[in-house]
Amino acid sequence: MGVLTRNIDLFVHHFANTLKLFAVSGIASLLLGIFLAMLRVSPVPVFRGAGTLYVTVVRNTPLTLVFVFFVFAYPYLEIIKFEFFTAAVVALSLYTSAFVCEVVRSGINTVPVGQAEASRALGLTFTQMLGSIVLPQALRSVVPPMVSTFIALLKNTTVAAGFSVREAGAIRDALSELGEDTLTGMLWVAAIFVLLVMPLTYLQRVLEKRWSVAR
Amino acid sequence: MSTVLFDVPGPRARTRYRAYAVVGSVAIAALVGYVVWRFFDTGQFEGRKWSWFEYKQIQLSLIDALGRTLSAFAVGAVLALLFGAVFAAARLSDHKWVSAPAAVIVELFRAIPLVIMMFFFYYGLPSTGIKLSAFTAVVLSLMLYNGSVLAEVFRAGINSLPKGQSEAAYALGMRKTQVMVLVLLPQALRAMLPTIISQLVVLLKDTALGFLITFEELLYWGRQIGGQLQFGRPLIPTMIVVAAIYIGLCLLLTWFANYLEKRNRRNKKVIKLDEDKAKMVQLGEASGVSGTMGAV
Repeated sequence: MGVLTRNIDLFVHHFANTLKLFAVSGIASLLLGIFLAMLRVSPVPVFRGAGTLYVTVVRNTPLTLVFVFFVFAYPYLEIIKFEFFTAAVVALSLYTSAFVCEVVRSGINTVPVGQAEASRALGLTFTQMLGSIVLPQALRSVVPPMVSTFIALLKNTTVAAGFSVREAGAIRDALSELGEDTLTGMLWVAAIFVLLVMPLTYLQRVLEKRWSVAR
Repeated sequence: MSTVLFDVPGPRARTRYRAYAVVGSVAIAALVGYVVWRFFDTGQFEGRKWSWFEYKQIQLSLIDALGRTLSAFAVGAVLALLFGAVFAAARLSDHKWVSAPAAVIVELFRAIPLVIMMFFFYYGLPSTGIKLSAFTAVVLSLMLYNGSVLAEVFRAGINSLPKGQSEAAYALGMRKTQVMVLVLLPQALRAMLPTIISQLVVLLKDTALGFLITFEELLYWGRQIGGQLQFGRPLIPTMIVVAAIYIGLCLLLTWFANYLEKRNRRNKKVIKLDEDKAKMVQLGEASGVSGTMGAV
């Protein structure tokens, strides 16, 4: 307990950064992921191909490699300079968006074609069909796995600790500089993560039970 | 064919799609072209930056590093599968005092980030007098995390089998262990194989986290060679090589998983799982991060 209470400021500061990293890259990967999903379900083959290529490459690349690229290798390309935090956001967003894309895409694919065909037969326009037939049904099968993706993102933010971002994973470094007991400190970090993740896991399970569609 | 969102295009829609395709191709080509030009302009394709490839010692060290990545993967995968099997069996036990602690452990290790576990084993434990090598720390964390995820996959797989299977086996007078080993497990394993392999892809990717605790694997090698001044700091060339190796290995495994899935679909011996439950396994009930599509 002593380690936590003595360094409460440090813990709060680092976990605040973790949450900031989570929020910013969460929103960015959601937007980019939905855009990629749009590419992947579009009727234009070039767009589908580009989306598929991106998702295949990124999903099979280790996150650490993406981080190493954006923190150490990217500056050699002399495009725009990133701070460490921005580089971490870019790496996490590019990585997570591929998974968001897959969740959204497979959610749309769970809607039976007959639903859309029926709404077209009724004379609904594309937006009407999307808004009142497809998306409401797709959303139900999208949200639970999306929560899982975000849980993974929250845990993945700790990778940034290896790349000079002062977030929860870096608490160990800070504690050992202060000469504190890092072992206990890390047990606290793990415990706080469990506390952060558990409600999300619970939410995911509830949604999954309540929203499972009988088809 | 009409999809959910789009009907079969008529003549006007086809022209419009063609126009989109042209604009899209130009935009994509411009983006890729800009990146390639940046690579070219900063001299990433110069011979000097790739000359390290000609040195025998560097080639050998690449093979060493790849070997360490693969051995961490192999050992981690075997341990994770064992861990998963043991804890899935424990969670399915009828005895509360066995299943409850197993459930707590599985839930716990799924919630703690892998990086924190690795730091704990590598930097934290030495203060108690237990000194682990980087390899051991990586393998142990991979086992605990992926093993917990796999335990959920196994459990969900067994739960999704039709009830009649175990009821029939009990009716024949089989004991609990016999029902599990002879009837449930073979069917569940075959049905869950694609999901299990996708989790192994995650495990392979996660070996790269060893980089953070100075485990000298593939990524670490790339960073080291990439920092050498005599070759003009060829970090981008080495990263291209490392990424190609990782992507190649993962695609190989993914392809294998897809192949098994296809074979399963054709095979009449494979029992059809209760669809909703099986889908839940894939969509993330089993871990939130597993499944053919949810794996992060």
